[in-house]
Amino acid sequence: MTQWTYVTAAYALTLVATLGLVAWSWLSMRSAEASAEALKRRK
Amino acid sequence: MHGYANPTRFLKIARPATAWLMGIGALLLLAGVWGGLSMTPPDYLQGNTVRILYIHVPAAWLGMAGWASIAAASISQIVWRHPLAAIAGRAIAPAGATFAAICLATGSIWGRPTWGTWWEWDGRLTSMLILFFLYMAYLALASAERERGGDGRMAALFGLVGAINLPIIHYSVLWWRTLHQGQSISISQGSSIAPELLWPLPLTMVGFTAVFAAVVLMRMRAELAQQKMEARLRRSVAE
Repeated sequence: MTQWTYVTAAYALTLVATLGLVAWSWLSMRSAEASAEALKRRK
Repeated sequence: MHGYANPTRFLKIARPATAWLMGIGALLLLAGVWGGLSMTPPDYLQGNTVRILYIHVPAAWLGMAGWASIAAASISQIVWRHPLAAIAGRAIAPAGATFAAICLATGSIWGRPTWGTWWEWDGRLTSMLILFFLYMAYLALASAERERGGDGRMAALFGLVGAINLPIIHYSVLWWRTLHQGQSISISQGSSIAPELLWPLPLTMVGFTAVFAAVVLMRMRAELAQQKMEARLRRSVAE
């Protein structure tokens, strides 16, 4: 394996983990805020 | 800080801050990663693998800063009973755990071509792995406490006790001189890294920190919305 293989693996892993964390947090926030807003409107 | 104890006031600031932090963080990360991968020269000893520095160091910093923030939130909860402290602790933990895991994984990938091994039970590596396990335990404890309707004091105490590991991680390279290199950057002594290699690091450090802060705000907003919904449902059942 060349040195660039290790560099690419490290950056790819970081990208996937960071994007996964951001997407998970954003979806949780959107879904919770939308549900709270829908419940508020129903009252 | 107590001025933001009111969730409505907190949300007024958190909503625009989330987008700003994410935007600034993404821009700084793009600039830092681009610079680190294409504009800096290879290291005279490590060659191109030195480029892992620009993601490994911010991940280590955020893994440790995350737990320091949990400890600060724990003090705020235990001493002042700040209403957002438990929510902040629970929001920080998944982000801190993710960056501790990134630090361990990128360190392992960097270790293979540099040290000839993926893993060694060295003081720094082991104490960082313990930090990751502490995050896992904190997440399990905080989640169990919330499900039982607790006020989060057990998780707060655990957050404070776990902070003992932070100085151990920091001084591990001085106490046990095994495989991991000593400190390369210090506030008092400056940096031993060549300036032409160092400049993208502040960009990725600040960029990842801004993304981390945005993630924490998103998770706090999600939990506040969830709590609001639960309170409404409880009220409607009582009526």
